[in-house]
This record gives sequence, structure tokens and C-alpha cells, in this order.
Amino acid sequence: MKFLSEYRDRKAAEQVAQAIRAKVTRPWTIMEICGGQTHTIVKSGLEDLLPREITLVHGPGCPVCVTPIELIDKAVAIAQRPEVIFCSFGDMLRVPGSLKSLFDVKAEGADVRIVYSPLDALKLAKTNPERQVVFFAVGFETTAPANAMAAWQAGHDGVENFSLLVSHVLVPPAMEALLSSSNCVVQGFLAAGHVCTIMGYEEYIPIAAHYKVPIVVTGFEPLDLLEGILMTVTQLEEGRYEVENQYSRAVRREGNRPAQQRMAEVFEVSPRQWRGLGEIPASGFQLRGRFQKYDANLRFAFSGEPARESPECIAGLILQGIKKPHDCPAFAVKCTPENPLGAPMVSSEGACAAYYHYGRRQTHDVHSELPSPASR
Amino acid sequence: MADGKPTTFTLSCPVPRVADDRIVLAHGGGGRLTHQLIEKIFLPAFSNAALDQRHDGAVLSLAGVTPGSRLAFTTDSFVVRPLIFPGGNIGDLAVNGTVNDLAMCGARPLYLSAGFILEEGLEIETLRIVVASMREAAVKAGVQLVTGDTKVVDKGKGDGIFINTSGIGIVESKTDLISGFERARLEPRRQEPGKTGALAPEGSGVPHACPEPAERVSPLLRDVGMRPPPIGPASVQPGDAVIISGDLGRHGIAILSVREGLEFESPILSDCANLWPAIEALLNAGIEVHCLRDLTRGGLATTLNEIAGDRNVCIKLEEALIPVDEVVQGACEILGLDPLYVANEGRFAAFVPEAQAAAALDVLKKVEVSQGSVRVGKVEETPGRTVVLQSRIGGNRVVDMLSGEQLPRIC
Amino acid sequence: MCLAVPGRVVEIIDTKDIAFRCAKVDFGGVRKEINLAYTPEAEVGKYVLVHVGFAISVIDEAEAQRVFEYLKQIDGLQEELGEIPQ
Repeated sequence: MKFLSEYRDRKAAEQVAQAIRAKVTRPWTIMEICGGQTHTIVKSGLEDLLPREITLVHGPGCPVCVTPIELIDKAVAIAQRPEVIFCSFGDMLRVPGSLKSLFDVKAEGADVRIVYSPLDALKLAKTNPERQVVFFAVGFETTAPANAMAAWQAGHDGVENFSLLVSHVLVPPAMEALLSSSNCVVQGFLAAGHVCTIMGYEEYIPIAAHYKVPIVVTGFEPLDLLEGILMTVTQLEEGRYEVENQYSRAVRREGNRPAQQRMAEVFEVSPRQWRGLGEIPASGFQLRGRFQKYDANLRFAFSGEPARESPECIAGLILQGIKKPHDCPAFAVKCTPENPLGAPMVSSEGACAAYYHYGRRQTHDVHSELPSPASR
Repeated sequence: MADGKPTTFTLSCPVPRVADDRIVLAHGGGGRLTHQLIEKIFLPAFSNAALDQRHDGAVLSLAGVTPGSRLAFTTDSFVVRPLIFPGGNIGDLAVNGTVNDLAMCGARPLYLSAGFILEEGLEIETLRIVVASMREAAVKAGVQLVTGDTKVVDKGKGDGIFINTSGIGIVESKTDLISGFERARLEPRRQEPGKTGALAPEGSGVPHACPEPAERVSPLLRDVGMRPPPIGPASVQPGDAVIISGDLGRHGIAILSVREGLEFESPILSDCANLWPAIEALLNAGIEVHCLRDLTRGGLATTLNEIAGDRNVCIKLEEALIPVDEVVQGACEILGLDPLYVANEGRFAAFVPEAQAAAALDVLKKVEVSQGSVRVGKVEETPGRTVVLQSRIGGNRVVDMLSGEQLPRIC
Repeated sequence: MCLAVPGRVVEIIDTKDIAFRCAKVDFGGVRKEINLAYTPEAEVGKYVLVHVGFAISVIDEAEAQRVFEYLKQIDGLQEELGEIPQ
């Protein structure tokens, strides 16, 4: 497939990996923000190609993982109402709430449907006028334009039986929260390429300057990540801390203007709870003005019990990159994908799920038994 | 009436409405409508000496079966939605699925039974299409449908059609001398007590039991009068090569393409097919086949995990060698699926000694259903119970079992 | 929440309102209808990056080549200077 397969080429990957090895003179800790990037890193075994000096930590780049547990409980409660068709991306289905997940209530008979686009949910609302269609609008800035359009089209077409349960989170405030923490171990960032496709990368310039960290806007294929790491390492070795754009085939400095305009029309910035991190001011979106009537949070009264997190889950420390999944005593023992205690074990991007599925167990790191392809 | 309300009787009408375009409950009642269904739809399609007896069961001759041969027996139920998909329908899926389970035991498939559970309201035309496909698949596979059953459930209690097929096959025997020393050498590796795989030893009560393994003698072993190891996970050894019979993911994507309304430049068809010709060719060529498995639900990843787990071995794969058609890959990309976990209905994995891999591939490529055969990996000692994939760019990752169904991701 | 896939614009369905402008986009042989509201500059034959049913960017083909040009350069350098010792 064009613009995909070339970025998975072995020879090219080896070349960039070699360039990284040639550059590195001391240890560096680099964080990738986006869950999609974590997925690629783990799936392609990218770390096997990197020199030992580079430590990759996985950031809170999983909107699924950071959606507050109260919102999951709300989603579950709404889905259980007989008049509701509850639509969601597949990623959200198995995330555990205080008691149940959407998957659990689906099995119990709730009308929960997986969709690939918020417009699919809007279509369902139009073809099922007697039902209430609710869409779980979770995501980073990448997904916000699509959700904004769904709300806008609903308004335009006069669709009343449609609403959004919004859980949008913004990357720059989360990055700042991480960087300002005294525990911060991160020295360089791979910024989320698709978020920047929408938002551009201007907002990262003051962050790079203030915290003196290089930030490289990076894509999602193995070659993109390797190149992003090379560019970050080069800055670190040279003592620079600038914003650079590896993903220039998709990202422009100013981002996608039409998308930003539509988002500004439909959403406004608001404080947000990040599961495992707490409340971060100005870090989320909520519906504004005439679109507030599509807010499922306001449309459906909720009188549930207060949310309860598992006391054993250390998601917060994992999401900040302070601990790795196999540092958690419950990892792969009590907490498994079949029985997750927290969101990072469920989401396909969650660090814990990635580690579990791709072989880093508590008892032994399978990778340590495998010969490294780039023997150094 | 005392309360002034009129009395209403609700007796169902004793004369059955002769519905000729849809299934009604009476079709499963055993009476006239059931007979009509059998006479008009099932018998004409499957007519054979046993079925035409119209008896409770089929009595089948064993004439021509070599003494010492063994019976293979399997059952499977099919609940696919949509019933009709690009490249097939639930009917040929049911026939080929069961034929293939027999083939995986090294058994020549002979007879099938078919139990239908029909949903009230099902269009009879749909049933005709499904039955016609079953007939065609059965003829192609050289099997006879010798006994069957039909039930009807209330509307809403079934997905149109559910089919259960059971199958009988023969594992042909050619016995030869075997020395005690060689028998010990060929004993299964570290067999754990109570461990069951799909090909468990006789009497273990596992649903898919192929009671005794194939006893073909490979030319290599015949010369020294040895019996080859039985076909099953128990015979998988470190040093074995892993071969798959063609590209992955066609069936699952064909199904999803209907459910998700995907369009194709040229449509992806299910790979649903009878695998016995490929297995027969391997056995006739005297290849020492250690294990065969079809790659159905859960795809290649699940099948290999089961075997690695059963045998406590490591199966190492190379991503660059695993064939996936470009269009199937495209569909997986936009649906957020991993082709390693997508179902196939006309593909199998074969484990053979490394030294025979090239010969096995030669044989398989000459058979239509396995012409895309390719070696994709090998079996090693450690790390045990693990499937490892070397990615396209050269890094390693573990290919885990799925927990539950693969859900599409947008993240 | 960032899985975006590149696809080729095959046919555009223009409507009066840009918000409803759609296209048939081809992903290695699979075709889906995609909303083009956020890529008004998209044309038939161009590649777009698609996320949850929306095109979010038109792929800059020159930039896409950049990393391969760079690699060719390194390759050329290595040939001139000999293998860089590790």
C-alpha cells in the first residue's frame, strides 16, 4: 500500500537504526505520546533495533486509558436504557468501569454498537427516530473535527434524537503536566503526528523552550518512529531543544484550518479529569453554545453510585512513564486483558496491554531470551 | 361475562397454513410440512442410497476399507452472519468445515450428517440456495450426506439458519514392522498427563477426537521398517518447519465486508474450500507430516498458540514470509484488524521435518487449494509455549492469544 | 485515538455544502466513502490521510520522499567513505 509499505522497509529501518547508534554517546529517555505510536513500537519490535542507551517510555497517549472512570460508569448507565442505541469505537468497549464495562452490558442485552465514524452514529439516529442514539466521543484532537462535524450536521439536519458523550483530551496540557512534575524522567518527546495534523505544532514551541526539551512531530510507521528518534537524539546530543517536524508529509505548521474552525464552532476548552493523573486545567473539550443540547451528559440524568477505582491499579504512574507495566505487582497476575483492573490493560494502546500481548511478562521478559537482530 | 368484557378465544388454527415462501413453526413439527420440506428441498439435493431410506439413521457399509484402518469422527456447528457472503454461504462452510476437520486428522472424508435449526420466517429460497451449495460442496469433496434433522425455532430465537454437521472419515492403515528402539525414539515429547489437544489419545473424551493417528509410512522410514509419528500436536518437534497453504484473512474480511458495507475494486471472496486433496497429496507422497491444523476462528495466531501451548515449544515466524493479499491488508488497515487473527476457511498449517519442507512445498503447490503454500517459520525449544514473530523491520514480538474477539481499533 | 490510513481519491461527490462533500477513497483495493470537508484541496488521484471516516490531510508527495532521499545520501556517503565502524 502506497505511503504505508515503504515506511516498513527493512533496509531503510536498518539504515536509520545504524545512524541512531552512530549518534548516541550517552543514555537518553524519550517519550512517545500517542498510543498509536506505542502500538507500532511494540508490534514491530522497534526497540530491538535501538542501542541500549535509548529508553523509550510510553506516555498518556491513550484517550481510552485516560477517560475518567465516572464517564465509563455514565456510558454504561446510558447504554442500559432501553430506548438508547449506544455507539462507540471498538477501543472503548472493554474498559472497566466501577462495576461493568460496555462489553458486559452488551452481553446482558444493552444495544451497544461498534461504529467506525461518528457519522455512522448520526445515520443510525436518522434511521431510528424512535430511539435515542448516543455516541461516545472519545479521543485526542485528532478525532475532535469528526465529532464536531457530527454535531454540526445534526444541527443542520434537525436531528433531535442524537447526542454525544464527550471525553476529548488535549495533548499539550498533558505534556506540561508531565514535564512540570518533579518525577519527570523524560528528556525528549515524539509528539503525536496525527494530533499535529489537525492542530499544527506551534503550541509546542513555548513548551520546548520553557522546559528545554526537544519535541519532534512524528508519524506512525516504523520508519517514521526511527527517524523521529534519530532527530530527537541528534538534538539531545547537540544540546538543542527545538520543535521539528518528521511527519512533514502530513503535518503543516499551522495544522488543518478548516478542521480547527469547525472545532471552535462546536467545542470549547474545559478542565478535564485524566484517569490516573487527576484534573488538568484547560485539557479537554466540551460542547458549547447551541451544541450543548447534544450533550449526553446533560440530556441523561445520572444517579449512580460514586466511582470506585481498583486500589491496586498504578495506571497513573504508568501513564507518566514513571513505572513500567511489569513493575506493577498485579501485572499479568491479577490484572490481565480478560480481567483488567484498569484501562491501560484494556486499550489496544495501553502500555500494559501492549506489554502483555507482545511478550513482556512479569516472570520473565521473553525478549531477553531472543537474540537481538542488531547485535552490538 | 361478569365484568362485561367479551370473551376471546385464542386457539391456533388447526389447519396449517401452507406457506410456500417462508419457514413456519410447523415445518419443524414432524408432520406434513416437515415431510414437504424434506421431499422438496433436502432429498432432491442430497439423494443417495442411505438418505433415500428415509430412516432414523444411516447404516453404512465398511466394504473396501483396509483392515487396521481407523475411523475418524468430528462435529461442528455453524452460526455465521451474514448467511450468504462473497464466495460462499453457511452451507458450503458447513460441509467444507467438517470435511477439513477430518482431513486434519489425516482421514479421507466419507459421510456427513446435517442438523438444521431454522428460524421461523426464514425465506425458503435462502434455504434452497444454502442446500444447493451444500450439495455442490459435498459432490466436490466426494462425501455423501447420509442423515439429517430439521427443527424450527420461534422468530427471534435463531439467526436464520444454524447448521450442525458431523462427519466420518477413514484413516487408512499400512502397518509395517517397527523395532522397540525406534518406537521409543518416536514417542511423543514430554507428554504431560491429562494434557488434551484437538487430537487427543483415544478415550480422553475430547470432542474432536481422531481416535488413532494416521499410520502411513514414509518412504524414508519404510526402508528401515519404522512407523512414522502420528499426525497431531503431540508429534511436533523442535526443528520442524511450519508451512501454511496460502494467503491469510480472506474469509474473515469477506464476512466483514458485508457487515461493514465495504466496497472493493475486485471483491474479496471467502477462501472456503475442501482441503483433503492437499492432505491426500502430502500423505501419498510419503511426507512425514507431524501435524496439520486448519486456521479457522482466531486465525493463524490462535492455531499456532494452541500448538505451542500444547507442546511447550516456541514457534518462530517471519512476518515478511507470511502472505496477505494487498486488498485484504487494505481492509485490515482501515478496520484496525491484524490479519494474523482473521479467520480462514480454506487454509491449513502443516508441521514437517525441516529436511522435508522443500519436498512438501513441491507437492502442495501442485494442488489447487494449496498452490499458494509457503514456509513461514520453524519450531524451537525455547521460550516454551510462545509464538514469536520477527517483524518486517527485524524486531521481535510475541504473538499472543486473543482475549475474546478481535475488536476493531481506531486508535 | 490516532489510526489514520492513507488512501487514493478515486471519485469526488461534490455537494453545495462543503460539510457534506464526499469521495470514494481507495485503500489498496478497498473502497470507502470518506468525508472531504476538511481537505477542500483534495482532488482525484491525490492521496489523503483518513481518520474515522474523514480526510484530515492531503499527503505531500514530495515530503513523503524526503526520508528516502536522505537515506540514499547516507548510502552514497557510506560507499564513498566505507562502512562506518560500530
